[in-house]
Amino acid sequence: MPDPATERGQNRDGFGPDLAEVFGPSQNDGGPELVQLLTPEGERVHHPEFDMDFSAEQLRGFYRDMVLTRRIDTEATALQRHGELGIWAQLLGQEAAQIGAGRALRPQDYVFPTYREHGVAYCKGIDPLSLLGLFRGVDHGNWDPAEFNFGLYTIVIGAQTLHATGYAMGMQRDGVVGTGDPERDAAVVAHFGDGASSQGDVNEAFIFAASYNAPVVFFCQNNQWAISEPIERQTRIPLYQRALGFGFPGVRVDGNDVMATYAVTQAALQRARDGQGPTFVEAYTYRMGAHTTTDDPTRYRLSDDVESWKLKDPIARVEAYLRRNGLIDTEFVDDLKKEADDLGAHLREGCKSMPDPKAMQMFDHVYADMPEELVAQRDGFAAYLETFEEAR
Amino acid sequence: MSASTQKITLAKGLNMGLRKAMEDDPKVLVMGEDVGKLGGVFRITDGLQKDFGEDRVIDSPLAESGIVGTAVGLALRGYRPVVEIQFDGFVYPAYDQIVCQVAKMHYRSKGRSPMPMVIRIPFGGGIGAVEHHSESPEAQFAHTPGLKVVACSNPVDGYWMMQQAIASDDPVIFLEPKRQYHAEKAELDESATPEPLFTSRVVRRGEDVTVLAYGPTVKTAMSAAEAAATEGRSLEVIDLRTLSPLDMGPVYESVRRTGRAVITHEAHVNLGIGSEVAARITEECFYSLESPVLRVGGFDTPYPASRIEEDFLPDLDRVLDAVDRTLAY
Repeated sequence: MPDPATERGQNRDGFGPDLAEVFGPSQNDGGPELVQLLTPEGERVHHPEFDMDFSAEQLRGFYRDMVLTRRIDTEATALQRHGELGIWAQLLGQEAAQIGAGRALRPQDYVFPTYREHGVAYCKGIDPLSLLGLFRGVDHGNWDPAEFNFGLYTIVIGAQTLHATGYAMGMQRDGVVGTGDPERDAAVVAHFGDGASSQGDVNEAFIFAASYNAPVVFFCQNNQWAISEPIERQTRIPLYQRALGFGFPGVRVDGNDVMATYAVTQAALQRARDGQGPTFVEAYTYRMGAHTTTDDPTRYRLSDDVESWKLKDPIARVEAYLRRNGLIDTEFVDDLKKEADDLGAHLREGCKSMPDPKAMQMFDHVYADMPEELVAQRDGFAAYLETFEEAR
Repeated sequence: MSASTQKITLAKGLNMGLRKAMEDDPKVLVMGEDVGKLGGVFRITDGLQKDFGEDRVIDSPLAESGIVGTAVGLALRGYRPVVEIQFDGFVYPAYDQIVCQVAKMHYRSKGRSPMPMVIRIPFGGGIGAVEHHSESPEAQFAHTPGLKVVACSNPVDGYWMMQQAIASDDPVIFLEPKRQYHAEKAELDESATPEPLFTSRVVRRGEDVTVLAYGPTVKTAMSAAEAAATEGRSLEVIDLRTLSPLDMGPVYESVRRTGRAVITHEAHVNLGIGSEVAARITEECFYSLESPVLRVGGFDTPYPASRIEEDFLPDLDRVLDAVDRTLAY
């Protein structure tokens, strides 16, 4: 049986354009719709709609953020290899997508992450050490979502996009959308991936957000892979084009270009804050590492593919641009290296000294108002444990 | 009838309870399919959108996971959403959001993100409906830590329990016996002080056998007690009201006196609420028991075609048959 995910070019007489023309066999370059402001070679290019000026300080900031984010990722991966983390969800290659999206936020904007948004969490001011707890198995998330306007990592694929939409509906009711006050107007970013785009919840989130004109940016990091399944298994058209079917704009941005990602996300957020409703941003990128540290991508993808994406590295292109224009010097690079090393040490030492929770803590916070029957179960277990203490 | 009392149906009690909660707290929102202009397919939200506006009484797209999932976001923003699932059998598309998100958010966040949400589900059969409109899914939710599950059985409880559930900082699955929505009226005194939400209640005193029920089967149990009385048998009837947590104190007290217990619900018997209740009675009242605890429920079949639903549902005769069997020990 021909596999529709790989067989293309069938004649679709009478039913619109040939999908093979719309969505060619290779989308490696992101296609003609890709918004780009900085080429993989570090050449500044311009875009008719999303162009913007960046200060040298801003660009150095992006570079620093991406270097530190990559360090969080490599350090956590190493901690998993050393047995200090049970698992780690790697973001290697997606630094520009996350920093671009993260830096476009205002403090009052709220983020609903997947379990891979380490760079966005960093932008929101969360100590990266807090991110390690759930991967180490000491908690299910250890930051206060309300303090950082950054939700807890969501493991069920796509579930958080509905939470984001509901939260955005709450913002509408709180009168913090479309007032024209930049300190007040707020929006939500819902993060998800290409695999999640197949989930019912994500599609329902699109429908609810469109129906209520909710101030939410659907930010999809299309990293081409849902564990072992390529993007062709999830969609027959470019993902950003789906937005039109739901009734709001979609745009595909070079997710390895931090400048373009920032510009596009910032514009989408402003639309949302202004009360113009949702936008779909497809950040076209590539998962350079494995799905998680338990995954082995050599079983399902070609190293040629990975090699071709290495040439589009998000950090190298900014570094090339900064060096060519004399915007960074040796001192800056040395300082950044030291900062990254310090961050690495903070993560290593902090992770290893993270205490295990006490067994009795499993009963904490099941309810706001704990039922008597659970109190009895907890107390019974405590008494049982004490019998072992007495035996010693 | 004093000035503050009136005769109301269950539908009216629930409606009045919702209205009162919305008046008392501007953060309370109502959301669901057809809850606005139509007032819900059972008219439980009748008139609320007219009085509280479209921002607080929200007609949703036709997607249950979307309803509950967006309600999670609204709760995270500080609202107290009351969502309506139109019929019991349609709750399953929202099952993931309920058990993985609503139930676990408070736990996951170490208490930082409460989920004060009420999920209203009209449940139970006897209305001659097509498939998926007559089910009793309570055990699925009572099995899930983090959720609380209650079932009202009469108009007065409908009024009070609705307000109490909305005031709860924990998520509550609120089951409404749809067959009773527009049945007998009861007298509501709005100035009365209600019992706490998570409590069971003895609704008829008796000495020979304890009959436990909730939601639609409370009426069945009461009819059975009346019929038994004509034969000289005295049944004590307890309305469980709360299914998670269970309030077993009054049950133990009763069973220790009667030595016999029958529990009846419309849900399938296998691993139903009755199984848990029977296990707990056995654990706590073992030396008082004169007979095994018996369960009278829906059979372990899918809900049948409506022409034979009354054979599937527990009725007065099946409850009395179980009572006879416990007395035969």
